[in-house]
Amino acid sequence: MDAVLQQRISEAGQRLAGQLGAFDVARIPGEVVVFKVEITGREELPIFITQADSQILCICYLWTESDIAPSRRTALLEAMLDLNIAIPLSSFGRIGDKYLIYGALACEAGADDLAQDLLALSDNAVDALEAMAEYLH
Amino acid sequence: MSIFSKILSALKGSAREIGESVVDANATRIYEQEIHESKAALARAKQDLTLVMAQEKAAQREIERLDKEILRFEEHAFAALDKAEENLAGDVATRIAELEAERDAQQRAQVDFAQHIASLKDLIRQAEARVREHERELAVAKTTESVYRATESISQSMGSGASKLGSARESLERIKERHTLMADRMKAAEELDAEFGNKALEQKLAAAGIGAEANRKEAVLARLKAQREADRTTGHEQ
Repeated sequence: MDAVLQQRISEAGQRLAGQLGAFDVARIPGEVVVFKVEITGREELPIFITQADSQILCICYLWTESDIAPSRRTALLEAMLDLNIAIPLSSFGRIGDKYLIYGALACEAGADDLAQDLLALSDNAVDALEAMAEYLH
Repeated sequence: MSIFSKILSALKGSAREIGESVVDANATRIYEQEIHESKAALARAKQDLTLVMAQEKAAQREIERLDKEILRFEEHAFAALDKAEENLAGDVATRIAELEAERDAQQRAQVDFAQHIASLKDLIRQAEARVREHERELAVAKTTESVYRATESISQSMGSGASKLGSARESLERIKERHTLMADRMKAAEELDAEFGNKALEQKLAAAGIGAEANRKEAVLARLKAQREADRTTGHEQ
């Protein structure tokens, strides 16, 4: 299963090489299978792909709690909620103290679906970081 | 308590605890066991249902058969009465009474079967809803746990490597800088391209004999010839 997923991610990467930069896919060590996708030119916003029960999750970490200007925290959260539904294919989320943007796919999703999601996610991540910069330190 | 409420209260714990387990392993096992048992019960109920439905149909067929029999004996009874065979008519009436009793019993059985079918269908619907609910809760719990564990692994791999997550601002600045650089490069490439494009056009024009460059060769030749002619003329004169 893991090898199949990695293969699909690589295929998606090849499809996106023209639009985004080159893709570097690697499995990160740990008990849960997580693949790290690094896109040339956007190394600061790597995408992590993991299979969680019945879905594939593509996660891009944006900022942490400590990045947020305390006086603007509520405004930031509201802005994220307001924006959430308008963002194509991705949604905001939070794991622990890390804020993120992610896309969820069915386990059977093919390389094309994955490519579409990853392209949207990477673009959304850059846009989100830029739009939310005013709420951050 | 809905599964979402359970997850939210579990998330109030520390990230480490969540990474270890949102719903403790024991609870997960119990859930999985419950799902397993519900599914087995469901399979049994479905099997029972087909059996009872078959029985209900058989009762229906039996009732139809008895109806016809009763009708047939009634005709015989009328015939016996017409021939003033009282005794025979009495025997036939006894037979009809037996058949009617049998039919009543079958009708009662059919009603029972129908009720059984309705309650089994109810049971199946409930069991299916329970399985779906359990499976959904388990999926939510497992996903949360899996995501927290993945984040734990990601944090560790980032913390140890050179690719440690910088501040969000810095990330943005670097991406923007690179973006600007890329945009500049693209602009330069475009300019270069346009320049080459112009040259190519001029060359094409020249090849077609249009423009200042077109007749340069001829012009030079003509100039040289004229000069030679002029030299010769002056030479003769000398």
